[in-house]
Amino acid sequence: MANAKSKALDRKKFFGDPILVIAILVIMLFLLLFIVYPLWTVTIQSFSRGETEMIAEVKEAGEWFTKQAALVEDGSADAFAALGGKITAYYKEYNKARKNNDKVIAARDEMDAAMTALDDGQAAAFVESVNAAGGAITAEDISSRIAAVQADESKLGKFALSFDVYASLFQNATFMRIVRNTLQLGLITGFFSTLIGFIFAYVDMYTRTKFNGMFRVISVLPIVSPPFVLTLSAIMVFGKRGLITRHLLGMMNANIQGLHGLVMVQTMTFFPVTYLMLKGLLANIDPSLEESARDMGASRWKVFTTVTLPLLLPGIGNAFLVAFIEAVADFTNPVMIGGDYTTLAEHIYFQYSLQSDPRGPAAMAVILLVITIILFMLEKYWLERKSVATLSGKASRMRQPITEKSVTIPLVTFCMLISVFVIGMYALIPLGGLFQQWGRKFNLVTTHFKTVLSMGMAPFRDALILSLIAAPITALLSMMIAYLVVKRKFVGKGFMEFVTMFAMAVPGTVLGIALLRGYITGLFGTGFLALVGTGTIIVIAFVVRSLPIGTRSGVAALRQIDKSIEESAYDMGASSGKVFTSVTLPLIKDSFFSGLVTTFARSITATSAVIFLISARFNLITPQIMTVVDRGEYSVACAYATMMMIMVYGAIGIMNLCLNLFGTSRRQKRAEKKEALA
Amino acid sequence: MSKVKKGVRLENISKIYLDPKTKKAFKAVDNINLTIAPGEFVTLLGPSGCGKTTTLRMIAGFESPDEGEIYLGDTPINALTPNMRDTAMVFQSYALFPHMTIFDNVAYGLKLRKLPKNEIRQKVFDMLDLVGLEGMENRYTNQLSGGQQQRVALARALVVEPGVLLFDEPLSNLDAKLRVQMRTEIRRIQQALGITAIYVTHDQSEAMAISDNIILMKKGVIAQMGTPTEIYYHPNSEFVADFIGECNFLKGPISKVGTGEACVNITGVDVPVATDKAVKVGDEGEIVLRPEAIVIGDTGLLPCKVELSCFMGSYQNYHVRVGDTLVKITDNCPISKKVFNVGDSACISFDKICAHLL
Repeated sequence: MANAKSKALDRKKFFGDPILVIAILVIMLFLLLFIVYPLWTVTIQSFSRGETEMIAEVKEAGEWFTKQAALVEDGSADAFAALGGKITAYYKEYNKARKNNDKVIAARDEMDAAMTALDDGQAAAFVESVNAAGGAITAEDISSRIAAVQADESKLGKFALSFDVYASLFQNATFMRIVRNTLQLGLITGFFSTLIGFIFAYVDMYTRTKFNGMFRVISVLPIVSPPFVLTLSAIMVFGKRGLITRHLLGMMNANIQGLHGLVMVQTMTFFPVTYLMLKGLLANIDPSLEESARDMGASRWKVFTTVTLPLLLPGIGNAFLVAFIEAVADFTNPVMIGGDYTTLAEHIYFQYSLQSDPRGPAAMAVILLVITIILFMLEKYWLERKSVATLSGKASRMRQPITEKSVTIPLVTFCMLISVFVIGMYALIPLGGLFQQWGRKFNLVTTHFKTVLSMGMAPFRDALILSLIAAPITALLSMMIAYLVVKRKFVGKGFMEFVTMFAMAVPGTVLGIALLRGYITGLFGTGFLALVGTGTIIVIAFVVRSLPIGTRSGVAALRQIDKSIEESAYDMGASSGKVFTSVTLPLIKDSFFSGLVTTFARSITATSAVIFLISARFNLITPQIMTVVDRGEYSVACAYATMMMIMVYGAIGIMNLCLNLFGTSRRQKRAEKKEALA
Repeated sequence: MSKVKKGVRLENISKIYLDPKTKKAFKAVDNINLTIAPGEFVTLLGPSGCGKTTTLRMIAGFESPDEGEIYLGDTPINALTPNMRDTAMVFQSYALFPHMTIFDNVAYGLKLRKLPKNEIRQKVFDMLDLVGLEGMENRYTNQLSGGQQQRVALARALVVEPGVLLFDEPLSNLDAKLRVQMRTEIRRIQQALGITAIYVTHDQSEAMAISDNIILMKKGVIAQMGTPTEIYYHPNSEFVADFIGECNFLKGPISKVGTGEACVNITGVDVPVATDKAVKVGDEGEIVLRPEAIVIGDTGLLPCKVELSCFMGSYQNYHVRVGDTLVKITDNCPISKKVFNVGDSACISFDKICAHLL
């Protein structure tokens, strides 16, 4: 290499900075341990040879020996009774650990010893006495069972590549229908979310009405609300005993469960995301492009179809894919309102709780992961680039709003109706908690809140504490990753950036099952870091879920900061740790705090990942709500959801207050004001 | 300034970059040798991409050289990180900390050096006085004009009393008038403190106005090094002559060689030019001639045809054709002279001292 010397010097300088090196190592370790390793484990498990049959064979052999030996009353069968016991003991140990740990190996050795101690004479005597006692066995029965156990024990706990899980999944009509369901749901929800999001963005950017402020509310509501709130109110409004279906229209058999309900709820939940994305892109279209088309004689509609839409097309595709990913990865809504329409994410969870063999759900998780990653790659590396290419640069000046009533009235009315509907759905939740029995007795009571309180504050306390731990960790970690990725050069930077962004494409269900499989018996089955059942793994799940979002906002904030600002602090004599704390972090304080709030809100409302990880010691609010909904106690669920929303909004309020008190922006503003007065 | 000022020495410095696409190596800085005396003000001048900023950033420590060694005073500093080097840099974008007041900005480096509070206060206020920002210490950077921000950046770099002060095109974000004012100011402060300064710019007039020595760079190598006068009147190449100020080139064979002068045959006329170069008759000669050194009149050395005549206020701007060559002339104070119009025939002449033989 021609530039070997400068590389060597750069390395020397790099290692002369221990804080930086340690920070990078810690982050790398975190990403490896809690993103790469769990997903890798699940993937490996899904490709491993099935053990179910072998385990069953061992179990059967153990039971068989014990049963036959029990027929004989004199001592001639003792050796075989002991063997049966040893085989059963081995079976039990192995079935518990599913790998060859110390206990399993000890049991296996004992079993082997018991087998080798036998000779043919003993076997013949045993056969004779069993048959004498009314049994019907042959020497063949004994030797074939021992041979089978010996064959199995040599294979059990060892990895062998096998595609049989996938083969049986792809031949399974039910499973294939579920995959089709999932993709279909993604397509439909993606389409409607993009359409409505686009109309909102267009109305927001091209017209000026008094309702534009309402759009802001719409855009933040789903981010700070539990994911199932809309589902809950949809059931209460359109369900069997729904406000509209039963009481307004008098329908007796209304059914919101299924694809239509799911699409409605998901669209309402995800269109704000596409709205925000497209709004940003529309803001980047230079109005003079459209004006020049107008000037050359194009009608509004012509301008829209020939200029605005083509410019925005990659961005629309991008928004569609984002909504698609969200819909496919969604867990809570399909569980609660999907009815018979099963999707992959929920199927994985239920199969995991039903099946003893974890390979099936692991393979399903891998399939779901592959789907979302393909979509994510398309979005990230193809469409995002394309849309930046067509829409570089900022608008040179303000856009003249459209004033023609024929355009504005229908569009604004449409957005108004949707907004009122969505806000109404959210507002229904606290009300729902106050009615005695939804759909039957609409008198106001506080019993449901009392029920919630009487069921114990433990879920609230746990959710609050764990989220409060996760929030600062995520915020700090994501700011550090953003800083390193944007401002530093080091080996493994590409890896760090890729894994962090990649985590965005991992559905919560997949992450949950991956963390569970990865840590149920400790790291690589060693028992070290056996985190399942602890609060730590829940916190980790929270952190991993929110890390990409925090990092993305940190990266965006840091890209705005001239790199020479940090260089000048460095040049002035500050170490890299000092540069980060005294210059970088204060400059991206807003991003840091928003990471804090977002992580907190997302964690406290998280369901999909943690549902695998909750334990007797740590229960959270969201699984509790799902249980209550499952029992049809919607009012109690509403009471729960209300209290949860109060917690989230309260936390956001407090953090905003902190931001106002400690944020530099206000100090600066105050100084500016003083200046203006003087 | 209590601290010892330091010199800078660059020995065979090269910086190699790899083209990210073709993976081909190219030398951004190619074997530069340079000695800057303590207290000297040196400018690295050159067009964009000539390696001047890379050189400066290697001295600051943001880039590492691929060959050679950089010395600050007598200490080799190649392996030191920027924060361990006794340099302070003034950035093109000022790089002020927007979340700190002016006082905190200037005090930043002193706080890192863990100076006692009252000493920091004293030094910061002294420095703000020096750069003419007294009374502004509680403002934020966004409340200052560009020129004031520039002064803060300067104060912040100066207050830590660096061995060497580095400037990376510090004035390029200011408007023309302020630029002239600030460069005078920078020179004044540098002289007052006697600090060693290395200044990067692509503006030749700024370089002339501010420096003791100019190092003109081209494609990673030093094209010429010398005082502003040397570089202006005795450029060693067409590139240098053309980069520093406006320039005319007249080419022809050398027809006569005398002591301290030679003649170049331009369109059949022997044109005398002062030179101490060893040239011989018949060599290809090229005369470098500054537009303001030429006198235009009815009679003179070389006949010409006027192709452009434009009144510019303080001077009349002419383009005339001598043979095939276009010659630019700035004729000062045109109101006192005859003004030629387009199409007129005229003659140009100049003192042989003003011409330079390449």
